[in-house]
Amino acid sequence: MRAPSSDAIVAGDTLLAVEAVSLRFGGVRALTDVSFDIRKGEIRAIIGPNGAGKTSMLNCINGFYHPTEGRITFKGVTRPKMRPYEAARGGIARTFQNVALFKGMTTLDNIMTGRALKMRRGFFWQLLRHGPAMNEEVAHRKAVEEIIDFLQIQHIRKTPVGKLPYGLQKRVELGRALAMEPELLLLDEPMAGMNLEEKEDMSRFILDVNNQFGTTIALIEHDIGVVMDLSDRVVVLEYGRKIADGTPAEVKTDKAVIDAYLGVAH
Amino acid sequence: MAAAANGFADTFPKLLLQNAASRGGRPAMRLKDLGIWQTWSWAEALDEVRAFSLGLQALGLRQHEKIAIVGRNRPRLYWAMCAAQALGAVPVPVYADSVADEMAYVLEHAEARFAMAQDQEQVDKLLSIADRLPNLALTIYDEPRGLRDYDPARLKSFEDVQAQGRAVLAGAPDIGEAWEQAIGRGTGRDLAVILYTSGTTGRPKGVMLSFDNVIRSARNGNAFDRLDETEDVVAYLPLAWVGDHIFSYAQSFTAGFCVNCPESEATVTDDRREIAPTFFFAPPRVFETLLTMIMVRMEDAGVLKRKMFNAFIAHARRWGEKMLNGESVPPSARMLYWLGEFLVYGPLKNRLGMTRLKVGYTAGEAIGPEIFRFYRSLGINLKQLYGQTEASVYVTAQPDGEIRAETVGRPSPEVEIMIAESGEVLYRSPGVFLGYYKEPDKTAETKTEDGWVHSGDAGFLDATGHLRIIDRAKDVGKLASGALFAPKYIENKLKFYPTIKEAVAIGQDRDFVTVMVNIDLVAVGSWAERNAIVYASYQELAGHRLVYDMIAEHVDEVNRSLSEEPMMAGGQIQRFLVLHKELDADDGELTRTQKVRRGFIAERYAPLVEALYAGAEVCDITTEVTFEDGRKGAISARVAIRDSKTYPPTTEAAAARMMEHAA
Repeated sequence: MRAPSSDAIVAGDTLLAVEAVSLRFGGVRALTDVSFDIRKGEIRAIIGPNGAGKTSMLNCINGFYHPTEGRITFKGVTRPKMRPYEAARGGIARTFQNVALFKGMTTLDNIMTGRALKMRRGFFWQLLRHGPAMNEEVAHRKAVEEIIDFLQIQHIRKTPVGKLPYGLQKRVELGRALAMEPELLLLDEPMAGMNLEEKEDMSRFILDVNNQFGTTIALIEHDIGVVMDLSDRVVVLEYGRKIADGTPAEVKTDKAVIDAYLGVAH
Repeated sequence: MAAAANGFADTFPKLLLQNAASRGGRPAMRLKDLGIWQTWSWAEALDEVRAFSLGLQALGLRQHEKIAIVGRNRPRLYWAMCAAQALGAVPVPVYADSVADEMAYVLEHAEARFAMAQDQEQVDKLLSIADRLPNLALTIYDEPRGLRDYDPARLKSFEDVQAQGRAVLAGAPDIGEAWEQAIGRGTGRDLAVILYTSGTTGRPKGVMLSFDNVIRSARNGNAFDRLDETEDVVAYLPLAWVGDHIFSYAQSFTAGFCVNCPESEATVTDDRREIAPTFFFAPPRVFETLLTMIMVRMEDAGVLKRKMFNAFIAHARRWGEKMLNGESVPPSARMLYWLGEFLVYGPLKNRLGMTRLKVGYTAGEAIGPEIFRFYRSLGINLKQLYGQTEASVYVTAQPDGEIRAETVGRPSPEVEIMIAESGEVLYRSPGVFLGYYKEPDKTAETKTEDGWVHSGDAGFLDATGHLRIIDRAKDVGKLASGALFAPKYIENKLKFYPTIKEAVAIGQDRDFVTVMVNIDLVAVGSWAERNAIVYASYQELAGHRLVYDMIAEHVDEVNRSLSEEPMMAGGQIQRFLVLHKELDADDGELTRTQKVRRGFIAERYAPLVEALYAGAEVCDITTEVTFEDGRKGAISARVAIRDSKTYPPTTEAAAARMMEHAA
């Protein structure tokens, strides 16, 4: 097990640093003294058995929960109480374990909501048929169309997402997160409940996002095969504590991980 | 424009120059990209083709060399064909969904020096077979997505090649003139394209077509259906298929009309609706799928809508075709039809993208008479044609006003037809191919010295001079009793039911006919939903008792109809089963154009065939399957087999009459 020490990492390389974070809900300890970092441009996986605190960790990173102790530094700035919208503005986007889209809206509109933070013109301009608000709308639509093209969901552009199969909904959700042009993308079980083919598609999209846009990605995933293939580095949690951190190869051979997560005969 | 001045252009590059000069502002090509239809005029198309062509020249593509075109319908892939032809090089389109091994065979056989690939998927396939293709010097790609980290040594983007061409042109303006002069030196006798036929048996053969073949066939087609530069077609069928080459390339260049490329494979139906093509071609499967989709939706619609739909469709069935054929129809029926047009037919045609349709064709397989009539009754001028790669498509086509579901029409302009002793259809026309590439012995087998081509199909000319096709000549066989066994004929009758996707008939030298059926997951799935039938997989649904009951009814109806056709009455189905897995081209069970490979299937499912004839009630079988990425797996199942009733033949006199015709 290797704890990240600040001198081993070049300062500019660390996009996000989690330092000694603990999170308690009353008597329940969701996270205990967890530290790790996410480097710019990498795919970082967070794995662990059920209830290990993975989603709590993501919630802390994007400001939905506030750590009871410890601190989180994003782009060199430490905020003791960052709110989700501040995180979003700062360049952190996420998808959810259970798809959280607007079911009655089309794919296009759902992804368009991801641009909401980037809309500059106010209500007055929006009322006009022409002018800056219209130009802005066109520019955003173009960005959204590029995402639709990228994720190959042209055929469901005008379909209400509630009618879509689960795998496609997940893809639309990724699209909405991408529409924010995030620096850090948090994916909470992007492949949960998918079949093999859908998983392969999603893996390819995640790699393409990372490769083409240079987006840093932190993801939670249960499918250990996917994690090993996708990620550059893996952090392993168990009962709210970090038990391992390293490359997939290192983690795979780590005794504590094998015992805790991959399972051994007890 | 030296070439354009020649008047009657006889090659595609000449036609391009001519179109750019005479109708430069008219749209030549559209592509839906980022949700918007992007348009290129003929003048712009010339600019794109010239830049790419000069780029290819600079990179070393020479006369008579081959360039493989791998991908779906994209403007740049069509332009690449023309750009190569301008240099005297020969495009070889390849089926985009063929697996790497099939692609390797075609590229190896054609000795392709260059390859134009659509996207990463195709580039990956080409790279995976690179060691088998020593001739392949360079791969060019259209869509850069995912290709950033690839080795650039043998890979270039379309833009890079064009940039190189434009640089050459900017450096020495007379190069452009020389390029046009070289086009002017091309003649109609030159080899234009090699199209590899998918082949129901054995390796694909490379059909060599000259410019004269393709262009004369296309011009005849344009004249026959009065197509001009105002038409719109949607290009969505495989580039490697002769139909697309004629309809979306040759006829567009000769008539000057616009070719529209859909956004993706999945959006074709929506894109077609937006474009509303005036000239449309589709294999029967597409019409079947569309009809199934409509029917499924109507089942889910509200009561009022459903009743209105059923009532007006019934009215259209009765009068619509007569009105289309110009027969006399009582004014009251006409009035009601107009109301129907407003309430049902119009919106339906709009949904299908057939509002502006001048003429639609179906070919390749027999179309169900019910399906055919459905579309015609809506006022859609759907016709049948009979064509082959070796004929540059057109052999026969139905002229307006002489449309019947069971024939494929009269000989097309300049086509002669002859029926051989054996019942095989022979034809001769200006569209007849030069030969199979590098296979003179096979050419000699198919094409006689005086230009007649053996179609390989059995058929006869009926009393009205229309051609009727029974089956592949070699597939028409005999049962052990000596009765005629025409497997495709039986299969087609079954496939006309929306719930049956594929059928395979067995019976050659056997005592009786049996069939293996594939259910249509969309139609049967929706039926199951409505009847509250629970299933977890295709396999489970296929094996369901109630599904079997439904298929049994269909088989019974088919037997009844076979019994009414004396020639076929002996070939009634005695036993059948529903296959536990969908027949798939990846497993070699279908060809790339989705035709069943009967022999292969009989071999692969030998235990099932045995059980069919041994009188067993169930049979266990394990089948190997290939997944999309090429990995293999196995599925096992217990397949039930059922008997079905047969009927005595109806009239003896009719039998004799039919025999005479066939002989």
